[in-house]
Amino acid sequence: MRRTLFESLTHGPLTETAPRPLDSGIAELAAAVDRSARRRLGRSLAIRQVDAGSCNGCELEIHALNNAFYDLERFGLRFVASPRHADVLLVTGPVTKNMREALERTYRATPDPKWVVAVGDCAGDGGVFSGSYAVVGGVSQVVPVDLHIGGCPPSPNQLLQGLLALLEASAK
Amino acid sequence: MPSLQSIVAQGRAIAAHRPWPRAAVTPELWAAATDELADGRATLLGLWGESGAGHAVHMALIGEDSRDIAVLSLACPGLEFPSVGRRHAPAIRLERALHSLYGLRPIGIPDSRPWLDLGFWDMRFPLGARSTPVPQTYAFLPVEGENLHQIPVGPVHAGIIEPGHFRFTAAGETVARLEERLGYVHKGIESLMAGAALERGARLAARTSGDSTVAYGIAFARAVEAALDIELPPRAHYLRALMAELERLANHFGDIGAICNDASFVLMHAHCAILRELVLRAAQTCFGHRLIMDRVIPGGVTTDLRSEGVRTLKDLLQQVRDRFPRLIELYDNTASLQDRTAATGILDGAIARRFGAAGFVGRASGRDFDARKAPGYSPYSELDFTVPVLTAGDVNARVWIRIREVEQSLALIEQMLERLPQGPIAIELAGGSGEGLALAESFRGDVLVSLRVEAGHIARCHLRDPSWFQWPLLEVAIEGNIVADFPLCNKSFNCSYSGHDL
Repeated sequence: MRRTLFESLTHGPLTETAPRPLDSGIAELAAAVDRSARRRLGRSLAIRQVDAGSCNGCELEIHALNNAFYDLERFGLRFVASPRHADVLLVTGPVTKNMREALERTYRATPDPKWVVAVGDCAGDGGVFSGSYAVVGGVSQVVPVDLHIGGCPPSPNQLLQGLLALLEASAK
Repeated sequence: MPSLQSIVAQGRAIAAHRPWPRAAVTPELWAAATDELADGRATLLGLWGESGAGHAVHMALIGEDSRDIAVLSLACPGLEFPSVGRRHAPAIRLERALHSLYGLRPIGIPDSRPWLDLGFWDMRFPLGARSTPVPQTYAFLPVEGENLHQIPVGPVHAGIIEPGHFRFTAAGETVARLEERLGYVHKGIESLMAGAALERGARLAARTSGDSTVAYGIAFARAVEAALDIELPPRAHYLRALMAELERLANHFGDIGAICNDASFVLMHAHCAILRELVLRAAQTCFGHRLIMDRVIPGGVTTDLRSEGVRTLKDLLQQVRDRFPRLIELYDNTASLQDRTAATGILDGAIARRFGAAGFVGRASGRDFDARKAPGYSPYSELDFTVPVLTAGDVNARVWIRIREVEQSLALIEQMLERLPQGPIAIELAGGSGEGLALAESFRGDVLVSLRVEAGHIARCHLRDPSWFQWPLLEVAIEGNIVADFPLCNKSFNCSYSGHDL
């Protein structure tokens, strides 16, 4: 263990330079966030992830945001365990009928001001699962969405771009 | 006492089914097969239903000694069939799902509560004779005793994980009973499969459980290729197996780190996450997708491995071999971590065998089944590897199985890079009809796909995740452990919610 710890002191960090925020994201968000809310939150957002029916591919890439290469927390973004502690709901999946109520209740449990980010192609419009008896089809059918991050699944870089756009918008 | 072969021989053989036999059987033969399962001479591989031209139930079994695979089909003109779960518990949830999805009633089943249907759909029996839903109340199993309290958890959990409901009954800190209620991510994949083109079917299969997208791709493609009686060029087999072993590496690194993280040993988590990221980046370079999604298609693979990719994989092997042994040492020599994982969440070997527990769950409890070995498929029969087995059955053993499998996967990738045959990577599929069954070994265990193709389209497709036979065992393994060790036990099982819920 000592060798591993010492090595991390002598070697540079693996963390990479941040990507540019998603331009379309900033535009989408500018309308959604009012000035006072932005001031109150500063550059720190607490994120609650909700899987509303994903295949778990998106979860894997969201997890990757916490690894040493992407290090999400350096931007003041962190994942929290309860919607009551969250500013942002990061929702994946086509929203199954079995998860609709749970998503609505999670949304209601999140204090204002709050943002909803729909992650992945399924969360956009149901993706490959749209048309199924068991699927509502898209997060915006259930709760208002402030930002979409597409991809199947979106890469950690794409996720980071979207979340940085959110941060820029909320800090303006 | 009829053996599996004689049961199949007494049934009416269905010629279109490949590569293993399928036989239409009488209720008596169905019951005889149930006895084979209950008496431990065969293991259940799957149990699913069918509607349309005639209601039927199908069961796939594998002989315990002979490793023969067979599918038995029973027509259900009265919308009912003799329950397998009545004598063989591993079938119970499958039969509950069968009733909820198809409306086919398992006669004699000890637990007739719905499964997957949580009362939110616009209809009952979505895959059978659809009818208007009736309001349902769901009673959890009773627990009797003094000073017990219940802890409901989920469906939304406190982490970046999939949704499901856990109902704990605890006596103080100790779990007296855990009952799972799943189905929250049910997407109706089987209904979307019906009538779909093979291409779309492959995309759906690849999204049944995202962490096993390659394994699902292989299982689906092999079922199609069996149904249409197609042989692939050898390079396609090798590329598929390369993808599958990369997927196994990425998941095992993620799991080993996450299990340690749930024991509050963050250093392992951080370092394993780096290894996982290195694998995903290599996958992106070699195959153009971090999770290698949609790269396996019926007929072969979409993406060839170029010389740059070979170099990338060789670099990856080197990096892992430089970093991973030190992490194993760290895991093995940290007493506070061992204190959490050793003797925690013990799964008894007899139950693991009975349920046909696959992957690290089975192997940590003495069951050595691995679809790559038996029934086996190309190119694994040409490659040298072993299936690690332990008998302790605790969280620690499940970690060690993963560690040993990482080593085996590294060796497999190395061998495949050396022997990679030249030639085409896919063949054109001509339409056609037939029935196919396939098993592919995901990092978590064997994925089963049963498929009927009619004129180049999917008439019927059933996908069975290994989690079906692992989720019930988590309930067993957690009993008598403290509530605080549940995340640790759960992560060491790492069952798929999406793969199970379909």
